Amino acid sequence: MSMLEIINMTKLYKTGDGVKDINLTIREGELVTLLGPSGCGKTTILRTIGGFLNVDGGDIRIAGQSIIHLPPEKRPTSMVFQAYNLWPHMRVFDNLEFGLKLRKIPRAERARRISEMMALVKMSGMEKKYPGQMSGGQQQRIAIARALLLEPQVLLLDEPFSALDAKIRQQMREELRKIQTDLNITVAFVTHDQEEAMALSDRVVVMNKGNIEQEGSPQDIYHRPQSRYVADFIGEMNFLQMPDKKVLAVRPEHVEVSPGSGGDLDGYVRTIMMLGHYIEMTVDTDHGIVKAFISDEQAQSFGRGDAVTLRFGRKQEYTTP
Amino acid sequence: MSQTVVRPPQIRRALGKKRAGGLAILFAFMLFFYGPLLYMFILAFANSYNFPAIMPNEFGFMWWDYVFKQPNTLVSITNSFLFAVCSTALSFVICIPAAYALARFQFTGRKLVMFLFLLGNAFPKIGMYTSMGIIFYKVGLMGTFMGVLLIHMLGTMMQMIWLPAGAFRSVPRHLEEAARDAGAGPLRTFFKVTLPVAWPGIAVALLYAFIGSLGESVGTLFVGLPQWRTMMTEMYGVILDFPATAGAVFALLLIIPNFVLLLLMRKYIGAETMAKGFKMS
Repeated sequence: MSMLEIINMTKLYKTGDGVKDINLTIREGELVTLLGPSGCGKTTILRTIGGFLNVDGGDIRIAGQSIIHLPPEKRPTSMVFQAYNLWPHMRVFDNLEFGLKLRKIPRAERARRISEMMALVKMSGMEKKYPGQMSGGQQQRIAIARALLLEPQVLLLDEPFSALDAKIRQQMREELRKIQTDLNITVAFVTHDQEEAMALSDRVVVMNKGNIEQEGSPQDIYHRPQSRYVADFIGEMNFLQMPDKKVLAVRPEHVEVSPGSGGDLDGYVRTIMMLGHYIEMTVDTDHGIVKAFISDEQAQSFGRGDAVTLRFGRKQEYTTP
Repeated sequence: MSQTVVRPPQIRRALGKKRAGGLAILFAFMLFFYGPLLYMFILAFANSYNFPAIMPNEFGFMWWDYVFKQPNTLVSITNSFLFAVCSTALSFVICIPAAYALARFQFTGRKLVMFLFLLGNAFPKIGMYTSMGIIFYKVGLMGTFMGVLLIHMLGTMMQMIWLPAGAFRSVPRHLEEAARDAGAGPLRTFFKVTLPVAWPGIAVALLYAFIGSLGESVGTLFVGLPQWRTMMTEMYGVILDFPATAGAVFALLLIIPNFVLLLLMRKYIGAETMAKGFKMS
């Protein structure tokens, strides 16, 4: 069942930026990521769902009901921002209780739900702290808890982990994914981090300059990018200029390197770089520099300047305009 | 070679000199700022103080007794606080919504409005009071409570616009949006989130408005006398007609409320709050 439907939605700013004719459906319990560089319109879409921006055209429906005429407080959504989520003058408990009080939930029930939620986000015992006394990661946990307590039909996350350290970011991702699948929550997640989008999502929507460039499962997006833009934005990609304005796109892990010649493309080893659990080799060819990921043993048998030949596994072809 | 080597004793001597110089400057400043205050304290508790004695000949509360026995003293103290409370409260009610609008909404003429609030303080006050006086005569506000109140609000309104607008501007929008998201309407969001978060800046503005009103003298003399006397206007009379000791007692009386207020609000007063208040963006 589709929980969220965005139909021909347009939102344009005075500057002319914005999004135009957006169509997007999110099923119940699905986590969909809006992915793109800053200014691509992903946050605009999220804010129109949350009610912080009015739409100029089209419709947004949640569980079949149009919500575009409702103010944020009447919408069945809740949002977690990148920063400044928690009210600094309230303790954690009061931050969590705020929305429940407005919903006229009895005191005992409020306390019960809050302690349950605190356990879920692994923050039990922090109820009496002020936001300023907690780390960024802890604050975002509370922000997510606060949003979940409102039992939204669609949870909106606007780059919630962008301000956190890499390690904590990864941990938060995993926990969010677990909570989301356990509780079967419908989520729209905005990020500019393609790795995050890949790791978290059921479906990824890649955006470019106010348009949806491609949507599909992480595997789809990664292995079958429909445009050069998507191929370039997601993961690492070699682009080789071919005759007739054609561009060949090959991921470094799909480039096989062997000594001699006779493969898809010949060249000379340019650099060999150790990058942890794999080794990155760049090869000088007539069509430009090609990057390949190779194993440790393989790297031992090559030296700079060696003549090598490349064979391409999975590849994509694009025509440049 | 020996010339380039700086020996520790030399460093110490150089630092010592610097520190001594610094202390001297600090002392000079302290004397400059607090010397008159100290002298006033001594004066206020001097029963008799005759030239050429450096310290008073006799300490005591004689002049306090004298000041409080004046028929106008208590009335003027009551009036001072009455005007301070009323002008601060009224400008709070008028200016806080305006400050919020100036901080949050983009409209044409926004910066002009901010600037106009300063303009009232850009002219020599006496000139403005004269022209206000002419208008007040025509509309019958001379010597009335409302007239004096308006004069006081001239000052308090500026305090209650600039600092609170800065305070509102520094409240992250996400905090308000999160409140809307949680189910609070615009009004509840303002009172439960925006106002409390902006409170330190607003508290400072209230303090300055209050102290400013207590200290208002020229306009009150113009518009209020003889019907409305405040401590400040009484002070003029006391200074002119009686020995300096009586003036000192009065000055101390004026300092007490300011001092108490500053003490109460000291956690809110900081360079940061002030800096936020006087940004015009």
